[in-house]
Amino acid sequence: MEYFLQQFLNGLQTGFVYALIALGYTMVYGIVRLINFAHGDVFMVGAFLGLYAIEKFGLPLPAVFLLAVFGCALVAVAMERVAYRPLREAPRIASLITAIGMSLFLEYFTSLRQVFGPNYYSFPRPFPVTSWEAGGVSLTNIQVIIFAVTLCCLAILQFVVFRTRMGKAMRAVSYDHVTAGLMGVNVNMVISFTFGLGAALAGVGGVLYGIAYPQINTFMGVMPGLKAFTAAVLGGIGSIPGAVLGALIMGQSETLTAAYLSSTYRDGIAFVILIAVLLLRPTGILGVRRTEKV
Amino acid sequence: MTGAGRIASFARNAAAFAAAAAAGYLLEATGIVNPYWIQIFQLACIMSISALGLNLIYGFTGLFSLGHAAFYGIGAYTAACVMKSAGGESQAVFLVSLAAGTAGAAAVALLVGLPVLRLTSDYLGIATLGFGIIMKVLFDNADSFLPMAGGARGMTGIAKMTNAAWCVASLWIVAVAVRNLVRSGFGRALVSIREDEIAAESVGIDTFLYKLAGFVAGCGLAGMAGGLYAHLYTFLHPGNFDFFKSVDVLVIVVLGGLGNISGTLVASFGWIFLLEVLRVVLPSEFIEFRWVLIPVLLIVTMLLRPQGLFGFREFRFFRDGTEG
Repeated sequence: MEYFLQQFLNGLQTGFVYALIALGYTMVYGIVRLINFAHGDVFMVGAFLGLYAIEKFGLPLPAVFLLAVFGCALVAVAMERVAYRPLREAPRIASLITAIGMSLFLEYFTSLRQVFGPNYYSFPRPFPVTSWEAGGVSLTNIQVIIFAVTLCCLAILQFVVFRTRMGKAMRAVSYDHVTAGLMGVNVNMVISFTFGLGAALAGVGGVLYGIAYPQINTFMGVMPGLKAFTAAVLGGIGSIPGAVLGALIMGQSETLTAAYLSSTYRDGIAFVILIAVLLLRPTGILGVRRTEKV
Repeated sequence: MTGAGRIASFARNAAAFAAAAAAGYLLEATGIVNPYWIQIFQLACIMSISALGLNLIYGFTGLFSLGHAAFYGIGAYTAACVMKSAGGESQAVFLVSLAAGTAGAAAVALLVGLPVLRLTSDYLGIATLGFGIIMKVLFDNADSFLPMAGGARGMTGIAKMTNAAWCVASLWIVAVAVRNLVRSGFGRALVSIREDEIAAESVGIDTFLYKLAGFVAGCGLAGMAGGLYAHLYTFLHPGNFDFFKSVDVLVIVVLGGLGNISGTLVASFGWIFLLEVLRVVLPSEFIEFRWVLIPVLLIVTMLLRPQGLFGFREFRFFRDGTEG
């Protein structure tokens, strides 16, 4: 039982990091129907910005998060402007391919010696690690920070989406681009903002990932990116609570598989669950079915 | 077409097929061309076959599949295991192993397609992506249920059977078969599903059955390509059949133009040769810029030609006479 609780906590830690990435996928998909394959690489950029902020500039932790947030938002907004906006009226597959191109570009450009470099880097711990024991289960301060920061981000996101003018505009654009535009919403700006907001969350996720699993490299975004996107689909893409729920399921299935079955099957089980869920609920757990017009 | 016309057309195709295979044989036997580039050429033929399969699935039927490499891998492992179990290294056994690879991939596609093809658009893409990752995990662990397959260390000791003649001949057969298929009533049904599934349903097309058939056929081609691949490089590694390989094929199909046979062929050869030419052309201190240039080229191409390089234009050979 202690063993299970311990693994459950570890799964929660993984799930929360996935949730931060999944939110970006779900918001961007909700608003422009694009699988932004480069989002996982924005997460990687966040981790590297965190590394630089701590090691090179010696910034305190809140400033580290701020740097990652603004750096990632800038990257994502630039990406949207260059590669996605010109293709908004083109067939959807064209922007999917530019997203794949952007993903490859970010991975290989940052692994150049002149940029971040191709090696594995150890992420410096900005504070000493302590852990608390209770009934055979140990909780580290890293886990506490991950839980607290993620919940904070969720609260801020909830506030932005449901309590601000920008959030209202986002919801309007996601419902209907054209009509929202006619009602005076600046659609391009709203879409840029959504990309930036998603990327900011991924940046926070990148720093947290670096603190929790202190080995980073420029290709680290691929697998978490795929899993976070899958989590967003699992929960019902376009839905914010869905993305969090899906991410928690992905995190648990991965950790529990590694703990009870074998770590070599870790990446497989989550996708078995995904396919099973999609067969029962084709639009994800909390997804809404859109009726198709004839 | 009249009966005599059909026979003449078949004879022309057979003659061209024989000529192409002979050209492939000469290419390799005479040794005029550097063997390295012949190998790249063979890889491009194999890629074309796999990409034609995905074009059938995505380009003609409109089924978004992100797991094509899984079927490529199933074909490769099946063919390699059949060849290895048979022991001998005869051309006949190779043909059987290729057929087994094709059939194996098609059979799995049927099993997967039955439940999964009820999903639509991006959800289908994600389910097939998930299937691809599950298959990669199975390849990684294959040694625990099939020692021959080697698991994460890779499968070695596969006979080298694929040569230029086999590649050229297979590609020729597949290209003609796909052309004839999409021109047939069956192909028209597939295209109608791509254009509007509800409308297709309402004119009496059993859309699920056709989607399943298109998917199985396309995955079978991936399996055939996999069989050729296994016997070209004589070594299989699970990493060769991961998500990136699926993306590779998808990029080729979209670059060439969805539902465009000529485009797929040109894009396959262009993509494979571009990767190698950049390796040769770039000065050694800039070699790591190869994968920076390629995505930039990819993005620029998409921005300039979102409909693919060829759009709707086909080479005369692949045209069906009804379009201008």
